Amino acid sequence: MAYPRLIGALCATTMLVAPAFAQDWPQRQITMVVPFSAGGPTDTVARMVAERMSADLGQQIIIENIGGAGGTLGAGNVAKADADGYTVLLHHIGMATSATLYRNLAYDTLDAFEYVGLVTEVPMVVVSRKDFEPKDFKEFISYVKDNADNLTLANAGIGSASHLCGMMLMSALDVQLVTVPYKGTGPAMTDLLGGQTDLMCDQTTNTTQQIKGGTIKAYAVTTPERLELFADLPTAMESGLDGFDVSIWHGIYTPKGTPAEVNERLSKALQAALADEGVIKAMADLGTAPSPAGDATPEALKTKLETEIARWKPVIEAAGVYAD
Amino acid sequence: MDLISNLALGFSVASSFANLAFCLIGVLLGTLIGVLPGIGATATIAMLLPITFQLEPVSSLIMLAGIYYGAQYGGSTTAILINMPGESSSAVTAIDGYQMARKGRAGTALAVAALGSFFAGTVSTFLVAIFAPPLTEVALKFGAAEYFSLMVMGLVMSVALAHGSVVKALAMVVLGLLLGLVGTDIYTGAPRFTMGITQYADGLNFVAVAVGVFGIAEILRNLEDEHDREVMTKNITRLFPTRQELKQMIGPVLRGTGVGSVLGILPGGGAILASFASYTVEKKLSAHPEEFGQGALAGVAGPESANNAGAQTSFIPLLTLGIPANPVMALMIGAMIIQGIVPGPNVVSEQPRLFWGIIASMWIGNLMLVVLNLPLIGLWVRLLTVPYYVLFPIIMAMCSIGVYSVASNTYDLFAVAFFGLLGYVMSKLRCEPAPLLLGFVLGPLLEENLRRAMILSRGDPTTFLTRPISATLLLLSLGVLILVFMPQIRKRRDEVFTESDA
Repeated sequence: MAYPRLIGALCATTMLVAPAFAQDWPQRQITMVVPFSAGGPTDTVARMVAERMSADLGQQIIIENIGGAGGTLGAGNVAKADADGYTVLLHHIGMATSATLYRNLAYDTLDAFEYVGLVTEVPMVVVSRKDFEPKDFKEFISYVKDNADNLTLANAGIGSASHLCGMMLMSALDVQLVTVPYKGTGPAMTDLLGGQTDLMCDQTTNTTQQIKGGTIKAYAVTTPERLELFADLPTAMESGLDGFDVSIWHGIYTPKGTPAEVNERLSKALQAALADEGVIKAMADLGTAPSPAGDATPEALKTKLETEIARWKPVIEAAGVYAD
Repeated sequence: MDLISNLALGFSVASSFANLAFCLIGVLLGTLIGVLPGIGATATIAMLLPITFQLEPVSSLIMLAGIYYGAQYGGSTTAILINMPGESSSAVTAIDGYQMARKGRAGTALAVAALGSFFAGTVSTFLVAIFAPPLTEVALKFGAAEYFSLMVMGLVMSVALAHGSVVKALAMVVLGLLLGLVGTDIYTGAPRFTMGITQYADGLNFVAVAVGVFGIAEILRNLEDEHDREVMTKNITRLFPTRQELKQMIGPVLRGTGVGSVLGILPGGGAILASFASYTVEKKLSAHPEEFGQGALAGVAGPESANNAGAQTSFIPLLTLGIPANPVMALMIGAMIIQGIVPGPNVVSEQPRLFWGIIASMWIGNLMLVVLNLPLIGLWVRLLTVPYYVLFPIIMAMCSIGVYSVASNTYDLFAVAFFGLLGYVMSKLRCEPAPLLLGFVLGPLLEENLRRAMILSRGDPTTFLTRPISATLLLLSLGVLILVFMPQIRKRRDEVFTESDA
């Protein structure tokens, strides 16, 4: 019988592998948890990057979608997962805002994870229904201030990118608009297209094609620099709205205790993926770009998470809206 | 004519050897997962997504679309054979389809469902081709107030679903509404009825509830009385409908197609209403409304056509606006984006090969489905002869895998167990599960749109009457309500009279 020998061989391999774990990683497929449903913008980013990272690591990365509770369910699962490098998390800005939006998280955001690196920072655009009166962003600012009582601002639900950006817009303009929450970006966009609501602020991943198609109007971008895609759109900051800098940044995390070598290796694979022509092109189509290699590092992501938690805490607390 | 050259382009794309093959793989897979209880199109498409990256964009979308409508098709098979609807649309098919199966007419029910779906699929595919852009305009006119009124109409119709006591049906609708409220309130972020369980923060899973109240409850009932099931298989006389039965299905299929095509266009849950609405229409128009719930042919033909028509026309908002009507469509958008095609209003003009190719493939796919499924009917029916002690554990296992695969959430399995028990208790109390399911699906939409309409109108409730589409829908609901209660009132009066005579 060949079996005893096989088992013996397997045992021997395990014993050999154990001490040299980090060097021999990865031995099997890796699960990348996306805390949102399949097909959404975050899932799309994850799948683009995971495919290239798999090639670099020589092991398949499979995507597992664990949606729910604004991404905190999936993040909670990863926080509890084995810190062996075979479970990683791809999460967006919600990682930082949920620390304030949810007052009873099952994990400590800053203490439950190790860091791999930033993936991309998706810019956002202030958009309106297509027949909205103001001609440019300057007019937009004064118009919105004058008509604040009659305007509606749509968002895709509490904690969503459009909700965060909307809060930032209102606080920058110092106005209070009637906010209309939707269940996801799809229905929110449909109503904006139909002219049922007036304004929205959302990621380029959702708005680019509609702006190009002329079905909605764009006024400004929310990043410090103008976008190549919409070169004639001003930034909110250059138009006098100080501190209006919002982007939906995505990062990759591992559970606390994952060996540093493993995170470094993942980080290298991430950098390779982000330098890939196909990934750059796919991201460009969505109006975004891969994070520079210097940002796709554990240190950069750690700093980003810490500063973003601190930055959004007062904004969310001032709005007084919590997701629990 | 533009249309003809467009369709010709579409068929030339869709009938290439590779695309035909992918279409076939799609509908085959779709039928298969549709037949496996609990495993839905969403989970399958999510799993297959990585494979599609290697394919041509058109081929991958043709395959994914095939899975979607193939699953709709297969879903009715389980609804008819084992009373296990996997999608909200086949919940209605289960009512009369399963009763037909119990009377030994499973073959007829399956054939009627297949033929009705094919006809509806063909007609609505042409509707998509001809009217996609103007229909989109109509869909955009539907704001929160209109959706609210549409949901009101749906709920009023749901009363007609019951074939027993109207009061019990109402009670079930209300219970369904309450269950639909479980989860986070989207306006305030407050969790409601979640009992502190974060896994229920996004609400109860539809598949878990449906599989529980229909399927698991049915298994419990069958285990209680094994004799009941034997009747089902012993009485099979014929597999295919008679000429007279075919004649009977023409009306329901035509009306179902109409209802389904119209409602399918609305991105905010219109398609869900299609099969429910068609059932109501058929029951009202039928010369023998008492047959409904006991295995009425029209109760299968109408809703099946409606749900397939709705499934096809729900591609309209996806293709013309780039906006998904349901989770499956969201996945297809993800697939398109990864392929480098960002769905949006320009897809029709920028990617005519893709747009028309998918439309043509839908027709081809429907043809494949009917050719594929008619011979399979014999096989499915023979499945019923498998001893129940073998069949039911398999069904239970498939259900559990299917439900878990939707969101990898163990709490969904607890929900299946709970709703299975609830369904069993309900059947003991002679309460119907279909109105409960309708309430569960429509309740959250009703609330969401009511509150949104009120926010948009700054708290002015007349918005529902001053907006013409909304007002029309409310008037129609009133009409339906009168139609539903009139015979009841008249019957009661008759009863009173006969009693006084005696």
